Amino acid sequence: MSLKFSDEATSKLEVLYGRYPSKQPVILAALHLAQKEFGDLRDEVIDLVGETLDLSSAHVYGVATFYTMFRRKPGGKTSVRVCTNVACMLRGGYDVLAAFEKKLGLKKGESNDDFSLIEEECIAACANAPAIVCGTKYFLDVTPDQVDEIVTFLKSNPHPESEVA
Amino acid sequence: MPAEIGTVLVTRRFGDEENKQITSYEANGGYKIARAAMAKSPEEIVDQIKASNLRGRGGAGFPTGLKWSFVPKDATDVHLVVNCDESEPGTCKDRELVYWDPHLLIEGMIIAAHTLGAVHNYIYIRGEMMREYAVLVKAVEEAYARGYLGDKIMGMGNQACHITVHRGAGAYICGEETALLNSLEGLRGQPRLKPPFPAIKGLFGKPTVVNNVETLMNIPFIVDQGGQWFADLGVGRSGGTRTVCVSGHVEKPGVYELPMTITFRELIDDICGGVWKGRKFKGLIPGGTSMPPLDESEIDVPVEFDALMTDERIKPVEVTAGVNFDMGGGRELRTMAGSGGIVVFDDQTDVVALTSRIMGFYHHESCGQCTPCREGTGWMDKICKRLMNGEGKVGDVDLLGNIANGIAGNTICALGEAAAWPMMGFLTKFRSEFLAKEVIGKSEDGEGEAA
Repeated sequence: MSLKFSDEATSKLEVLYGRYPSKQPVILAALHLAQKEFGDLRDEVIDLVGETLDLSSAHVYGVATFYTMFRRKPGGKTSVRVCTNVACMLRGGYDVLAAFEKKLGLKKGESNDDFSLIEEECIAACANAPAIVCGTKYFLDVTPDQVDEIVTFLKSNPHPESEVA
Repeated sequence: MPAEIGTVLVTRRFGDEENKQITSYEANGGYKIARAAMAKSPEEIVDQIKASNLRGRGGAGFPTGLKWSFVPKDATDVHLVVNCDESEPGTCKDRELVYWDPHLLIEGMIIAAHTLGAVHNYIYIRGEMMREYAVLVKAVEEAYARGYLGDKIMGMGNQACHITVHRGAGAYICGEETALLNSLEGLRGQPRLKPPFPAIKGLFGKPTVVNNVETLMNIPFIVDQGGQWFADLGVGRSGGTRTVCVSGHVEKPGVYELPMTITFRELIDDICGGVWKGRKFKGLIPGGTSMPPLDESEIDVPVEFDALMTDERIKPVEVTAGVNFDMGGGRELRTMAGSGGIVVFDDQTDVVALTSRIMGFYHHESCGQCTPCREGTGWMDKICKRLMNGEGKVGDVDLLGNIANGIAGNTICALGEAAAWPMMGFLTKFRSEFLAKEVIGKSEDGEGEAA
């Protein structure tokens, strides 16, 4: 096997094993860490997580593909999650998404080196709609004319989701 | 006396950045109630919770004391699991609650764990809540460092209490308690068939109580001031205050903790500054998108749990015009308080577009396990989209009602109802708007233009 978890990730996993009766419940944490270390969850990464947790690759694949935050292909440094669910929709969420598509030259679901643009379901920031979440940072009460500024900010201050893995 | 406007419990520290530090929380009396609770017997605490009329704040409104009492008396290896997977569209209170007052949640958990005899406890937090995850992890570490968590907590005998913050990875369905348990166990987040209920066989096959964030944050107040005091803050069978999240077309959206007795009209006009831009009110979603909406004639009802289910000013939900939806045994469905997510929409809103967005959501989030939900949410999504695209067919509106009626009650978990109820609810309250989009298209058999 060519891939290996870093020592830091390995020690994080060791701590987590002590919190559950078996290794299997650590799978989401392991997948978050794997996505941080290897960028995406391609087949070799799935195999590594399975080997590490004593689970079959099929099991790990099944779990990894059930949850929307895991990606099987490379993405941008910052994932821009633009909410368009009802509370945001009623206050212009789709206009904000369109402004991002135009500014980044990406359609929702697409990525470049810096950004992955994602149409997100409700992110529980409804009282400040339209809302966007990028890693640990929220942008609230967003208007389309703020999108330029947000993109410029994130380009020089990437907010990778892996920072909390 | 019922609570007055301004009586706040769980939201009292909103806006206070300092409070997130354990030192500040302690300086304001934090963890004293948990320490005092260690000297009380589990029976004594459960009695207080029962007397308080505290009802679950996650969506179902189930009495918390009763839920706790379902755990067998002689049970060992009990687990307490906090549902912090808030994802119901329109709901944004739990995210704010854990951000502003993480130690209140931990204090509530310590009391609950002592009462239930639970040692290994988990907070399941939604994957997208990365900022809040960091806040919770830090707060839990602080609580360990101060001896509130660990093998011998607060120097009280041999009692142990551990909390692990467990991060999800993006799946609405994991807010359903048995899906959450499967996810926590390292499986795909698909709901379990009940029975057995989690109180008997839950996490890792052991008796488990799953409680919502806000529910547990109310526990310290009840233990401190008594169940009767908390019951008196509320009304009827619903104790305490009600934390609502108001979004959509109001001047001042926000998370507000209010008396149970406040009506939707008072909430919009007096608290939220009225409908935005001087427009007129058209309707609202009362408790997250899975709850049937209310129209203008129905908003003088209070936000309280039972009122929303039984008040006759709210019309029963219909399958089709004149035929009421049957929840089983002839029971009518009005609506429910749900998760407290109130979404207001004004008179310029296209209700079909709104419904279409909601159906798109449930289609996307169906876990795929049960055929009525997996297929039915897809069909409703598809039909709503074609109505929106000017391709509606004659009969589509009745078809939508029939599909929804075929989903509700026929699935393992409540995601089926979560999609079916608003579908039928929007049709019941705004049927003419759907019909108007039907007549411009062709009939189902493709024979000629409809009238």
